[in-house]
Amino acid sequence: MPPVLERPIENQTNNGSPVLEPVYCFPDSLRDVHTHYCPGCTHGTIHRLVAEVIDELGIRERTLMVAPVGCAVFAYEYFNLDSCEAAHGRAPAMATGLKRVLPDQIVFTYQGDGDLASIGTNEIIHAAARGEKITVIFVNNAVYGMTGGQMAPTSLPGQVTSSSPAGRNPAIQGHPIHIPEMLAGMPGVAYAVRRSVHSVAEIRKTKKAIRQAFQTQLDGLGLSIVEILSSCPTNWRMDPAGALDFIRDQMVPVFPLGDFKVIG
Amino acid sequence: MIRGTVVIDRERCKGCGLCVGVCPHQLLQMESGYNARGYHPVQLADSAGQCTGCGVCAVICPDVVFSVYREGRVKR
Repeated sequence: MPPVLERPIENQTNNGSPVLEPVYCFPDSLRDVHTHYCPGCTHGTIHRLVAEVIDELGIRERTLMVAPVGCAVFAYEYFNLDSCEAAHGRAPAMATGLKRVLPDQIVFTYQGDGDLASIGTNEIIHAAARGEKITVIFVNNAVYGMTGGQMAPTSLPGQVTSSSPAGRNPAIQGHPIHIPEMLAGMPGVAYAVRRSVHSVAEIRKTKKAIRQAFQTQLDGLGLSIVEILSSCPTNWRMDPAGALDFIRDQMVPVFPLGDFKVIG
Repeated sequence: MIRGTVVIDRERCKGCGLCVGVCPHQLLQMESGYNARGYHPVQLADSAGQCTGCGVCAVICPDVVFSVYREGRVKR
């Protein structure tokens, strides 16, 4: 539902003066509810991009979302879509079942890095190996956001988190996992890219990639995954603008943006 | 110059301030008052009519606070 206009735009159309026309309004695929995300959290941005793409492709009535466990656990409350909630990390397995039973539906999962790259690594790798024709929106903010900012498999080398107070040491805690690069080598994967939401230009590129990922599924080419570098101002102990700078300056060098596999 | 405006849903705003930094004409500022959730929402300070409806505030906003309007065809 569009927000109530605070001042009547229509009043500006009289006497031959130029008409102010709406160029951006609230997407139909989102519900007009208050989200629980922290101020400045880019989960909201990514929700909006996915909703805009679904609106533009005209597939809202036949799209199914599988929600994750993590900060986005209430995504089914925020999207105006048919949705279901998977056990932690099991969204690609549930999406596999949905897509195989309902092959005409568009099925996507929305997962964080704790969900997809940690407890759910098994599920995403085997969904990719089977070449399931699903779309995966993978939000990487380099920490476990919901549980208090502990180190994730995607935390940066040297990153201080609540469970790595001296900084992540790759010699002890290992190196960050690069999911799209890993999946790009598998024949069942048709689209594997990484994008970011740290600036207006990057947000626009991210939307194009999400659109391409859904188009890949519509064309039946194989699994499509978009990893999106996202901010976590609360657990990074930063202000929202500083968190976007952290993505640009610290995360992008470790997680390079780009296309790792594009078929079709 | 193309004219436009934005309509702000002040109850959705969480006061993160990302839009303030990206507005090319610095037309956005945080209210001193609070909305129902206790945040200082953003407001448009455009008495000179400088807003072009470019929409970058709507692109950066994580909470879909903005609706963007832009000058279109002329009705005679």
